[in-house]
Amino acid sequence: MDSNNNGAHSAIAKKAKEDRFQAHDYYLIDELLDDDHLLARDAVRTWVKQEVSPIIEEYAERAECPAHLFKGLAEIGAFGPSLPVEYGGGGMDEMAYGVIMQELERGDSGIRSMASVQGSLVMYPIYKYGSEEQKRKYLPKLGSGELIGCFGLTEPDHGSNPAGMASRVKDDGDAYILNGAKMWITNSPVADIAVVWAKDEEDKVIGMIVEKDMKGYSAPEIHGKWSLRASVTGELVFEDVRVPKANVLPGVRGMRGPLSCLSKARYGIAWGAVGAALDCYDSALRYSQERIQFGKPIGQFQLTQKKLAEMITEITKAQLLVWRLGKLANEDRATPAQISMAKRNNVAMALEVAREARQIHGGMGITNEYPIMRHMMNLESVVTYEGTHDIHLLITGMDVTGFNAFS
Amino acid sequence: MKLLVCVSKTPETTAKIAFTNDNTEFDSSGVQYIMNPYDEWYALVRALELKEAQGGSVTIIHVGPAANDTIIRKGLAIGADEAVRIDAEPPSALYVARQVAEYAKNENFDIVFLGKESIDYNGSEVGPMLAEMLGLPFVSHATRLEMEGNKAMIVADIDGGDAQLEVETPFVISAAKGLAEQRIPNMRGIMMAKRKPLKVVEPVEAEGLAVAVRFELPPEKGDVKLIDPENMDELVRLLHEEAKVI
Ligand SMILES: Cc1cc2nc3c(=O)[nH]c(=O)nc-3n(C[C@H](O)[C@H](O)[C@H](O)COP(=O)(O)OP(=O)(O)OC[C@H]3O[C@@H](n4cnc5c(N)ncnc54)[C@H](O)[C@@H]3O)c2cc1C
Ligand SMILES: Cc1cc2nc3c(=O)[nH]c(=O)nc-3n(C[C@H](O)[C@H](O)[C@H](O)COP(=O)(O)OP(=O)(O)OC[C@H]3O[C@@H](n4cnc5c(N)ncnc54)[C@H](O)[C@@H]3O)c2cc1C
Repeated sequence: MDSNNNGAHSAIAKKAKEDRFQAHDYYLIDELLDDDHLLARDAVRTWVKQEVSPIIEEYAERAECPAHLFKGLAEIGAFGPSLPVEYGGGGMDEMAYGVIMQELERGDSGIRSMASVQGSLVMYPIYKYGSEEQKRKYLPKLGSGELIGCFGLTEPDHGSNPAGMASRVKDDGDAYILNGAKMWITNSPVADIAVVWAKDEEDKVIGMIVEKDMKGYSAPEIHGKWSLRASVTGELVFEDVRVPKANVLPGVRGMRGPLSCLSKARYGIAWGAVGAALDCYDSALRYSQERIQFGKPIGQFQLTQKKLAEMITEITKAQLLVWRLGKLANEDRATPAQISMAKRNNVAMALEVAREARQIHGGMGITNEYPIMRHMMNLESVVTYEGTHDIHLLITGMDVTGFNAFS
Repeated sequence: MKLLVCVSKTPETTAKIAFTNDNTEFDSSGVQYIMNPYDEWYALVRALELKEAQGGSVTIIHVGPAANDTIIRKGLAIGADEAVRIDAEPPSALYVARQVAEYAKNENFDIVFLGKESIDYNGSEVGPMLAEMLGLPFVSHATRLEMEGNKAMIVADIDGGDAQLEVETPFVISAAKGLAEQRIPNMRGIMMAKRKPLKVVEPVEAEGLAVAVRFELPPEKGDVKLIDPENMDELVRLLHEEAKVI
């Protein structure tokens, strides 16, 4: 803890209230889930109430990553739950992965991001495209939180268009020499390893595992974020970094590599957004029953009811969307375009729910007494990263018309 | 050590409590269920700690229908080795005690754990009945349990203080807050639970003896009465005659 701020912290800590969250399942979708999904969700919900809710406002205010939670996330099994146990995963299905992400993001999108990156963007590519040696060397330690990873795709000049990336490698015998810079990289300042995507001398994208103590590697933190303040974001700068060829992921060449990882992570985000929306709705519903104006609970006014009714309707639709997507993912039939649709719809839904929930809380809604503003600000990142709202629309547009409207 | 933990199912703590059928039955519609926290957080976890320290096995037993398997699976996910479900909807505490006793009598458990009460009916009845049926000593409301060989040193909550007790295995013990700390199951535990044995056993004939005739909710809290600070006599009168606290 930063000792300069102690006075302010204890004041905030005193205010930290009990997390009264209760889930909402208007269409009895729980009946469509298996026992292990319900148990997984219940376990993560309990963990979030104990470990995340009491501290999250404080860390978000300080724009500090609660790095001690990496260990807890690992212990509960939130890193790569759908990867095989022998590679540090949990051996669960995609539906389980979804409900875990939902519960984490119910707590905070930044905490969910910590787990998404580690599981879907670091462990998954090593599992899917790595050599047996790479899997044995890295995956169990990533699963147990002994190693923290990050995923370097976005660059300062290439965000929505990652295929245009400028990071490059040059062949140097048993190693590649890597040069370039990555931007907006979740966890990079705290990461031990980075899965980095760069172009080879034939202009093909390759992935490699770069370790933080390799010469020429640095990961400065990005400051001044008004969003995902409890998640640390940074750059990755590579100046003539010698990456042994043994660290290159042998199983993939081309944009399919990073894009398949993004599909995994976006799938989790589609679920996670439902969690953030549920937290906002739950708080707004309770507030509307307790807050009296003009002699009545504000929940008795039609305008408040309109907001709440529309919120739960949209949440229910989003829940059904991810449930079906989960089924398809379990059968390995979820297409990237279907995942785009769910990510886009559910994150936009969550943002809308957060804004309406904030209205219902009146002036209190802008304070840290309630989670609403934090969720709302977080969701501005979530609607941007892993493909912006508009980029996902263009993916759906291309999928249904067959025409590429990107360029 | 061979350990048995009795687990029951209770409504979730925020559930709205109501009764149907002319107030003779609990209205379960829309109610979410959990494992009784005294069973889960204290009894089961202390049993697991003893097993981890000294070896042995932890079995959980539940009297209830198949719909309650999720609760049993949770116990297995937290770390129990195996489970037994007596396939019956129990009408009373005596019935439950009878079923558990029937199962436990030939199994030579060293310790049988229960929670000090279930948080729904708060009966605290199954433990003492079970101990009686098994002819074993019973220690209730334990907040500490340490083993030395087959001797157990126990601290138990009693009205206004603590009792320090010693008892030798086998015995029956009910767990109170403090006996252990809640363990959250992790994903690996949840997956392992799927492969652990859950034995379903037919119930034996047993009478309920006591029947619930009627339930009543506590009276609703009345409105707050504001009394003028000048009017002390009225305040004293109300405290005396209505609130009956002075
Ligand atoms: C908190 C945070 C964490 C992140 N973590 C990671 C990470 O771990 N790893 C990683 O690699 N990246 C990460 N990112 C980067 C993220 O994926 C990018 O921000 C995102 O892809 C958008 O890129 P950009 O910011 O460069 O925006 P730009 O691509 O510059 O987009 C700006 C605007 O232009 C629009 N636009 C762009 N192209 C088109 C088009 N063809 N047609 C219509 N509109 C268009 C976009 O929709 C957007 O509205 C993170 C970002 C944030 C904010
Ligand atoms: C940063 C800040 C600065 C402020 N500065 C000042 C100041 O200098 N001086 C001052 O006097 N006040 C100030 N205020 C108070 C501000 O005017 C109130 O927050 C505002 O009037 C709303 O009241 P409330 O927060 O109690 O919300 P509530 O009145 O409790 O409203 C909660 C929700 O219920 C809805 N609602 C309420 N009644 C009805 C109804 N009949 N039908 C339908 N919906 C209803 C509202 O629209 C809202 O969505 C400030 C507030 C903030 C946030």
